Amino acid sequence: MTLTTVIFYIFAAILIVSALRVITAKNPVHAALSLVLSFFTGAVLWMLIEAEFLAISLVLVYVGAVMVLFLFVVMMLDINFEELRKGFWGFFPVAAIVATIMAAEMVLILLAKGNGLESFTTVAPLPEGVSNIKQLGIPIYTDYLLAFELAAVLLLVAIIAAISLTLRRRKNTKYINPADQIAVKRNDRLRIVKMQAEVEVPEAPAAADDKPAA
Amino acid sequence: MIDALHNGFLSLLGPMLGTLAWTLFKIVLIILPVFGAVAYLTLAERKVIGYMQIRIGPNRVGPYGLLQPIADGVKLLLKEIISPSAASTGLFFFAPIMVLAPALVGWAVIPFAPGLVLADVNAGLLYVMAITSLGVYGIIVAGWASNSKYAFLGALRASAQVISYELAMGFALVGVLMVSSSLNLSDIVNQQGHGHFGGSFLSWNFIPLFPLFLVYLISGVAETNRAPFDVAEGESEIVAGHMIEYSGMSFALFFLGEYANMWLIGAMTSIMFLGGWLSPFPASIPVLGAPSIFWLLAKMSFVMFLFLWFRATFPRYRYDQLMRLGWKVFIPVTLIWIVVVAAWMQTDYSLWK
Repeated sequence: MTLTTVIFYIFAAILIVSALRVITAKNPVHAALSLVLSFFTGAVLWMLIEAEFLAISLVLVYVGAVMVLFLFVVMMLDINFEELRKGFWGFFPVAAIVATIMAAEMVLILLAKGNGLESFTTVAPLPEGVSNIKQLGIPIYTDYLLAFELAAVLLLVAIIAAISLTLRRRKNTKYINPADQIAVKRNDRLRIVKMQAEVEVPEAPAAADDKPAA
Repeated sequence: MIDALHNGFLSLLGPMLGTLAWTLFKIVLIILPVFGAVAYLTLAERKVIGYMQIRIGPNRVGPYGLLQPIADGVKLLLKEIISPSAASTGLFFFAPIMVLAPALVGWAVIPFAPGLVLADVNAGLLYVMAITSLGVYGIIVAGWASNSKYAFLGALRASAQVISYELAMGFALVGVLMVSSSLNLSDIVNQQGHGHFGGSFLSWNFIPLFPLFLVYLISGVAETNRAPFDVAEGESEIVAGHMIEYSGMSFALFFLGEYANMWLIGAMTSIMFLGGWLSPFPASIPVLGAPSIFWLLAKMSFVMFLFLWFRATFPRYRYDQLMRLGWKVFIPVTLIWIVVVAAWMQTDYSLWK
């Protein structure tokens, strides 16, 4: 058994346990953190089959950005989880049937003869000095350029749509334009008044009492 | 000698355990100096800021206060670790580890000298980006698990800030990888060694990519939650932010993580923009012109000095202006400069052929 195999089994075990924790954890924050762990472990498994670009993108995009926002939402929502869990046994039969059918389908396709899975048994390791990322980049920017650009445009449209849907001008906002702040001159804010250094004080009446005024 | 040591490990423990032990040995060789550097960066910080404010700084423990970091470490080790009664205990103590671990894991791909790197991977730059983006989990979990309003507000501020500045940082890195046409950090350094100006400091990336260099450096300050971007722990507003409920060693781990991250940013800035281990002098000068690890360490120390200098100089940013700087200034600047560099590379005046 090589070191890589040992590492594979360790991480596979972590992946299964953390994936189970995602659906069994009582606390939603714990569930979200377990999901983070399973993404990360999945990335490590991809790295073991030399798909380092996909692995690092998974960590960068899903773990580093998407799950952070997910955690934000889960932490700040005030949901009564006892209420949500009430109907569990009512839904259980339907959910169990769906899960069983899904599992059976997966087993059937994996056991079926002639499904072509035999050709995926081993991944030929890339020769020394060949970059996986370059291998991925060349087809994306030559053969599949149109599809890639279309996907990029689609994402851009989605971004603009999401922003324009949530953007609203609030009336009571106290936004200050920083350019205006910088452009302020002294004379806009400050008026210097010439005053005499000393003012003639009218003759005060003789001190009746020495208590302070306030 | 290194090969002999490697073979010694392999023959003593067999191929599998030998490789494991050899890798662990190399990891320790990197981590221990990092911890030393972290400890003495805290002393340097207090000394530098002290002299900038016309004070002496710590000078009681050891000659010139040189043993101060050790005294601080012992003090923090001996302090009681308090756990708030309503905290989520497991995550509460896990959070500091989640801050420190990514700060140390990033060092795996940093090349210190030609060939002197733990993992010379092709995707080094992406790896560092991915790993540094994990550090934010420690902050969020600390804020949530403390079950305290100040801690939670601090965590929200810190993570929003880190995510925003990560984008600008990523775009700055895109510029670097375009001109060096590689994600391997050693290749990025080597590319800066030749060009029109033949290996002196004039051929380093920071001159043609100056806007990206500035953006990366400032985003680095913001990434590590350092002054003037330390709104996450703004003392006057939310006391110590996400660290408010921590004491003793669990607090010290946050500190270690912050300073290890600072050194990591320093190393990345030196490698990507300041020529890494390359000498600022042309190779024709005998000793000074030779590339060596000391140049990298000198550059990293210079970047660290800049961090301390910023802290001593600038007042804290207001939170909305901090967000504006990240989203409305840095990201457009980097986007424009990436287009400029891309166009520049297509012309006859390209420096990177």
